[in-house]
Amino acid sequence: MNALFQSVFGNLLLQIDAQVIWETLTLRSGYNSTIVIVGTTLLGISAGVVGVFALLRKRSLMADALSHATLPGIGLAFMIATVFGFEGRSLPVLLSGAAITGVLGVVSIQWLVRSTRLREDAAIGIILSVFFGAGVVILSIVQSMKAGTAGGLNHFIYGQTAAMSAADAKLMGVLALTTAAFAFCLLKEFTVVCFNDAFAQVTGWPVSKIDLLMMALVTLVTVAGLQAVGLILVVAMLIIPAVAARFWTEQLWKLVLIAGLIGGASGYLGSVASALMPRKPAGAVIVLTAGMIFAVSMFFAPSRGVFASVLRRLKLQLRIATDHLLEAAVDENENEGTLSVELTKALQKKRNWGLWLHLSVPPFVRFCGYGRFEKRAFRASAAGSERGRRVERNHRLWEQYLLSYADIAPGHIDWTVDQVEHVLSPEVIDELETLLHKRGNESLDIEPQGGKA
Amino acid sequence: MIDFVPALDLFPLLAAVLAALSCGLLGNFLVLRKISLMGDAISHSVLPGLVIAFLLTSMRNPMTMFVGAAIAGLATVALVEVVKKLGRVESGAAMGVVFSILFALGVLLIEQAAARQVDLDADCVLYGQLETLVWFEAPPTLMGLLSLSTIEALPRQVVVLFGMLLLSSIFVGLFFKELRVTAFDPALATSLGINANVMHYGLMLFVAAATVAAFEAVGSILVIAMLVCPGATARLWTDKLSHQIFVSLAFAFGSAVTGYFGATTIPSWFNAGSVNAAGSMTVAAGCFLVLSVFFAPHYGLLAKRQREKRLQRASAMDQLLAGLLRAREKGAEWIDLEVLSRGAMGFDLAPTAVRAKRKGYIERQGMELNLTGRGLEEAKAVLRRHRGWESYLVEDAGIRPDNVHALAEQLEHIPLEPKIESDLDPHGQPIYPREGD
Repeated sequence: MNALFQSVFGNLLLQIDAQVIWETLTLRSGYNSTIVIVGTTLLGISAGVVGVFALLRKRSLMADALSHATLPGIGLAFMIATVFGFEGRSLPVLLSGAAITGVLGVVSIQWLVRSTRLREDAAIGIILSVFFGAGVVILSIVQSMKAGTAGGLNHFIYGQTAAMSAADAKLMGVLALTTAAFAFCLLKEFTVVCFNDAFAQVTGWPVSKIDLLMMALVTLVTVAGLQAVGLILVVAMLIIPAVAARFWTEQLWKLVLIAGLIGGASGYLGSVASALMPRKPAGAVIVLTAGMIFAVSMFFAPSRGVFASVLRRLKLQLRIATDHLLEAAVDENENEGTLSVELTKALQKKRNWGLWLHLSVPPFVRFCGYGRFEKRAFRASAAGSERGRRVERNHRLWEQYLLSYADIAPGHIDWTVDQVEHVLSPEVIDELETLLHKRGNESLDIEPQGGKA
Repeated sequence: MIDFVPALDLFPLLAAVLAALSCGLLGNFLVLRKISLMGDAISHSVLPGLVIAFLLTSMRNPMTMFVGAAIAGLATVALVEVVKKLGRVESGAAMGVVFSILFALGVLLIEQAAARQVDLDADCVLYGQLETLVWFEAPPTLMGLLSLSTIEALPRQVVVLFGMLLLSSIFVGLFFKELRVTAFDPALATSLGINANVMHYGLMLFVAAATVAAFEAVGSILVIAMLVCPGATARLWTDKLSHQIFVSLAFAFGSAVTGYFGATTIPSWFNAGSVNAAGSMTVAAGCFLVLSVFFAPHYGLLAKRQREKRLQRASAMDQLLAGLLRAREKGAEWIDLEVLSRGAMGFDLAPTAVRAKRKGYIERQGMELNLTGRGLEEAKAVLRRHRGWESYLVEDAGIRPDNVHALAEQLEHIPLEPKIESDLDPHGQPIYPREGD
């Protein structure tokens, strides 16, 4: 355990020095690390933005295959360039090779899915492994070639952030601007294709062209990210910020914005952290930073987060249980609204109260002023009885509605009603009342709500 | 031409074949359940499992490493489920998130291990270490290998892989029915009293174990490839699961062997050193797949093409004969081919006329065609089908008479005909009786 702890945090503990951290954060820690920080931040922004569209088109793992399929291209480009007497390790040569086989991989996946009975998951797995295997073979050939300058090619697998040059950082800047510009200008087009491509097709959008453009942006970011974080982890930069951002919003433009921010923040914080600590590969640290942001988003995001939805569910349970209790009390004793201990116990058993409800209902009822649990019985207050009557009334109204309008067999009604009675809004209730009165339905023998009429 | 030097090749080849077989066997079910990429995810996240096991125990003991990696594999499966269910994330993205984070963790930790002078190498995770399985004391002849000393000299990886293959065969053999039902219809499985969840995690446990057992020898690329490619390839050859399994095992075996000898032999023809064997095995698997895509008997593109062509020819023949008979009904005997082609739904009737002549359906004078006696019978059958379908569509399917021609035009080419009582079709034309009626 100690060894594990040491290896993760050991160096960090030795190095805590506010001055150094502050200097690195504000880009004053030297030329090289500044370039790396700026470059990875920009890359993170573009990957976040583009990743949103990959995610919404359900292409996250297509990006994975794409990045794996770049490896043979890197090897081949190096071989061909060397054979023709060029400098094989020049970045533009390698990256264009990478882009070509990457696109070839994606095209092959689509071909396999279209023309065979194989599903997309199998096609992705096949292309990913076969192209990567071919890349490994080609790299091993390259290594046995006479030109002994092939050493750097391996770095594309795991990435080599520290080798980023000023030109690379500028390239990342151009890339970030390009992707941001496309996302801004074509947001409407992307939205319509992402959410309903059939509709887009029918209404005359050039769906395949828009799709192609989105895929091209993914390719661009993947290839640009190869050197920085390596081909295995670049896909993390594409997927994680988008998935994390999805927890925070339902709107596409916000999603794009937040994903860009998360991607940028992971790039920035990750590369700063790796600059501060020795022997921490920046690519991995950046991905782990993104991972932490993802975990925080998944659990703590306001409405779509795990805690928020658990809380919502508990609250709803509590409200429903309280309603049941008050309804039963009113039902038992029309005027006073009391429910004996035995009947309360029976209710709790019938409604399957768990620990949460046993603990939370009594204080909630008292807090709302609906009544109190006494020694021998639950006694509802005036407000509680009122609420109980209202719940019962909703129950009846809805029952009546289903009977009259929805053609449901009477025997099935109670079950549905039990769930719906708690969520009827006042507007719906009003509507139901008028509806049923219009039909002159005399069987509705409950007095109108709250003495309004 | 193919060199097989026992000392160099025996154990690496054995390891590769065993790994390919056990991954190929389990991969069938991954492909069927549309979770092929689970193998990808698991083999990526094995890395942190290994390193953590090592850092926790400070031992490079194979058993602890194995356990650590297997736990990491299962943890991946569970985490993917958690992200999918709790976070309501689409399953591909959930997998991507989980395995890339775990892989990053592995890369980070491996740097730390490397800092402590340990030969844990990220590269060997990808490529495996087949070359370390060399057996220097191997007897030089094949006959010499058939002795107990060979078994004694088996390296640990080979033994582990053999055990793995045995265990997964037993697992698949014992639970074949359950695995099959859960793969095709989980809801049916549940109603039959099979716990689909247990089967899922059972399968995943074996996939994780096979991944771990295999990747030390052959590396994770080959594992991923063998979990998907043989199963997918076999699926192009057959519909029956039991056949699919055997076909996939054959492809797994074939990929390992051809890939291995491709790696050791082919480069020597060009005076180059050998290339990476694991990589070339995946390429071999890919080649088998591509060949199957084209040449598989029923689902292959060529077979599909052939079927389409045959249907097209038969349809063109039907068009020709029906056109001639329709003309005869109006009193014209000899019809110009060009006139006939105009009403033939775009079929090119010129080659069809040649074939019809050869079969004795028509006689021909220059461009003018006429039905022979045999041709008349065939033509009557076509029109009977066409008009029979028209009657059926009007009387039984309730389609308006002026809308049925185009539909009947398509249906007349399939060897099925509806049972029709009347002698006339909706347009008042005769429906020829069947022979013998």
